[in-house]
Amino acid sequence: MDYSSTPLLEMKGISKEFSGNKVLNDINFKLYPGEILGLVGENGAGKSTLMKILFGMDEIRETGGYGGDVLIDGKKVSFNSSEDAIKAGIGMVHQEFSLIPDFTVGENIVLNREPEKYSVMSELFGKRLNTLDRKEMQRRALKAIERLGVELEADKKISTLPVGYKQFTEIARELSKEDDKRDDGANGIRLLVLDEPTAVLSEHEAIALLKAMKNLSQAGIAIIFISHRLQEIIDVCDSIMVMRDGLIIKHVDKSEADTQKIASWMVGRTVKQERIERSTSHVSDEIIFSVSDLRVEMPGEMVKNVSFSVKKGEIFGLGGLAGQGKIGIPNGIMGLYLASGKVEFEGKEIPLNSPSQALKAGCAFVSEDRRGVGLLLDESLEWNVAFGAMQVKDKFLKKIGPVQFRDNEAIRKVTEEYVDLLKIKCTSTKQRARQLSGGNQQKICLAKAFALEPKLLFVSEPTRGIDVGAKALVLEALRKYNEENGTTIIMISSELEELRSICDRIAIVHDGAIAGTLDATASSEEFGIFMLGEMKEA
Amino acid sequence: MDAVTIKEKALSAIKSFGLPRLIITGFLLLMFVIAPFADVNIAAGLTNVFTRFGMNAVLVLAMVPMVHSGCGLNFGLPLGIISGLLGATMSVEFAFTGFAGFLMAIVLASPFAIILGAGYGVLLNRVKGGEMMIATYVGFSSVAFMCIMWLLLPYDSPAMVWGYAGTGLRTTISVADYYGGVLDNFLRIQIGHFAIPTGAILFFAFLALLIWLFLRTKTGTAMTAVGSNPVFARASGVNVDRMRMLSVILSTWLGAVGIIVYEQSFGFIQLYMGPFNMAMPAVSAVLLGGASVNKASIANVVIGTLLFQGILTMTPSVMNGLIQTDVSEVIRIIVSNGMILYALTRKQEVTR
Repeated sequence: MDYSSTPLLEMKGISKEFSGNKVLNDINFKLYPGEILGLVGENGAGKSTLMKILFGMDEIRETGGYGGDVLIDGKKVSFNSSEDAIKAGIGMVHQEFSLIPDFTVGENIVLNREPEKYSVMSELFGKRLNTLDRKEMQRRALKAIERLGVELEADKKISTLPVGYKQFTEIARELSKEDDKRDDGANGIRLLVLDEPTAVLSEHEAIALLKAMKNLSQAGIAIIFISHRLQEIIDVCDSIMVMRDGLIIKHVDKSEADTQKIASWMVGRTVKQERIERSTSHVSDEIIFSVSDLRVEMPGEMVKNVSFSVKKGEIFGLGGLAGQGKIGIPNGIMGLYLASGKVEFEGKEIPLNSPSQALKAGCAFVSEDRRGVGLLLDESLEWNVAFGAMQVKDKFLKKIGPVQFRDNEAIRKVTEEYVDLLKIKCTSTKQRARQLSGGNQQKICLAKAFALEPKLLFVSEPTRGIDVGAKALVLEALRKYNEENGTTIIMISSELEELRSICDRIAIVHDGAIAGTLDATASSEEFGIFMLGEMKEA
Repeated sequence: MDAVTIKEKALSAIKSFGLPRLIITGFLLLMFVIAPFADVNIAAGLTNVFTRFGMNAVLVLAMVPMVHSGCGLNFGLPLGIISGLLGATMSVEFAFTGFAGFLMAIVLASPFAIILGAGYGVLLNRVKGGEMMIATYVGFSSVAFMCIMWLLLPYDSPAMVWGYAGTGLRTTISVADYYGGVLDNFLRIQIGHFAIPTGAILFFAFLALLIWLFLRTKTGTAMTAVGSNPVFARASGVNVDRMRMLSVILSTWLGAVGIIVYEQSFGFIQLYMGPFNMAMPAVSAVLLGGASVNKASIANVVIGTLLFQGILTMTPSVMNGLIQTDVSEVIRIIVSNGMILYALTRKQEVTR
């Protein structure tokens, strides 16, 4: 690599706020032609936002733009849309495929950029009736595939291919863009961003992809490679950049890094989040809840084999990276997704796949999907708070003859109580849940769970998508509820620091199983290693 | 108060009432204003509106339970109507007369409504998301099936079977000697041309009250929650399929009662293709009343039925009076189908 030349890409002092929430802060780095840069960081560290800025996504502009400069070939650029970024030679492969299943590989590669032939019809009706130049399409597709250095048949239908090959098609599409006629004289793709391309690949496919990346790098294309698989990063990258909380923590040559170090850079904080001092007196040694051999079929969060047990009065954390299955655990136990295994609460087995049985046994669940599962968006706050308790515990009902009617008065009272207790901002308890802000909606979800007076409370991602102030309030409310009522809480969160600030013990979920359980006071490195599932090698 | 706030207030008032409803109401009022100039008696016009309200309101009410549970609009209303027709014909067959005949028709129709409704419910639980399309075909195909059955079923009351063959039911059967007008004439208020079918309206009010109360019970609350967000309801321990099934049975039963109320006022039982086109007007009426695909209230039913039937009765007579030719049937078809078209496009925009 020639580090003396002008860098292909330079980012200078990039910062970005989302409604007052700083997600990127003073990002500086350079990228040279042919360099492969590994970008790692926890969920929410700011990787995707940074890439969105680079790619000129609408989302960034709509939320007020960004601070700092993006330089390409030493010249300042400002992309007004991703079209501009593409013109400048930047390609991006997203986690989700944007392919048409019933088109062939070749057709997908040149999609919407097909070479066209002029015909009589186009003379009559304009350019929209140009015919496709099939031969040229095929040639371009094959060229891109060849460049990628993989075996991929251009005339196979996408729907018949395994995921890995769909991924290759996406990359080939980015490569084929150099054949497009350009107005500005730029020649083809020069920088490729791969956002977790290997997450869905089998080991064999991943190896092929890494090989293809090296091919591209040799051809002078720079690559930004985002991945959670640290070994891959070390194998393929020239330099490694670690992000955390919107900052670049480390930007090092690959010779200076190993998985252990990267893991601790990712997880550890320079400023330690204050751990709320907890007396352990309220935690008894009695095991109140145990799970064995749990399997949950939740798409994207498969739980393969999970066993753990929780002590009475404990706040038990379940952490781990997104997609590893931690969210599937409460959803499976509460009967929302198909599950098998054995779950025991207070010595009695809770039948799986039945929400009402789990609720009747004294469990409650605050779902991570606030708007989808957690709330009746079009009903009043009163309904949202009281509904669960009404259906499960027969509370807030008055009996007239043999019929149980809703007791609107009692419902209003309990809702007002929780509005006060949790400082929920609303115009009245009759307001619709949809009209509240994310943080206040989350508080309504908590109120709903509290109204059930649960003995065991599952809280899934309670602080996702809410601002810092509301976050602290929600965590504080949970801790207080635990201490005052002796409720056992199982909290699931992607933010390890959040778990460490409130939990007694934390289990890390990796690849659908518990990688390890640690005391909340254990070091970041230990958690980091479990999160990445590197245990066997270490 | 300055002009701006008044304007804003007026606009928000219009918005909450719904512009389309406002236009329809205005049009209806206009009809009543023009009526004297077209030699149409307003008292007779009003009587018509109230009578048709009494006839149709229960059928419109049959939309409410299914909308509440998220099963969409009950396009399968003909299924309920068929249950009602079975009850009605059996009541005639067993020669019950007067109010007893009316009650027996409901009693005899009920088991059919419950059984058919349950089957319909099972089907709708399997096609979540496509309920209204499936419901339409359930309605249509049940009508076709019953066209065969009306011929084959062993009825032999001379009041109902074809005179020359002695078997098979006639297409129209008069209930004048059985329970014709039992509700309409109960406590009827008659002042010159003006009349109010008190009994029919009271009967509707009674059923509406029952539904209103039901929606305030634990089960009714669960049903509304299922319609509002089925995933939420399931996570709260509600058996979603059972709630939906219950709502479908309720809607079907109301459909059965609705057609019997209709017959006592209309004076005839209409078999064969009779139920075929009954669902659409009821659907459009409730939508016109301000309901959406997943929210409907008793008020929506009352307002919607009044507006829909008002337009349907007043427009043709006023038009006839004005242009002195009989175009009533043409206008009736244009108005009612135009209304359905309007109502069905309207369902897209309600997203609240």
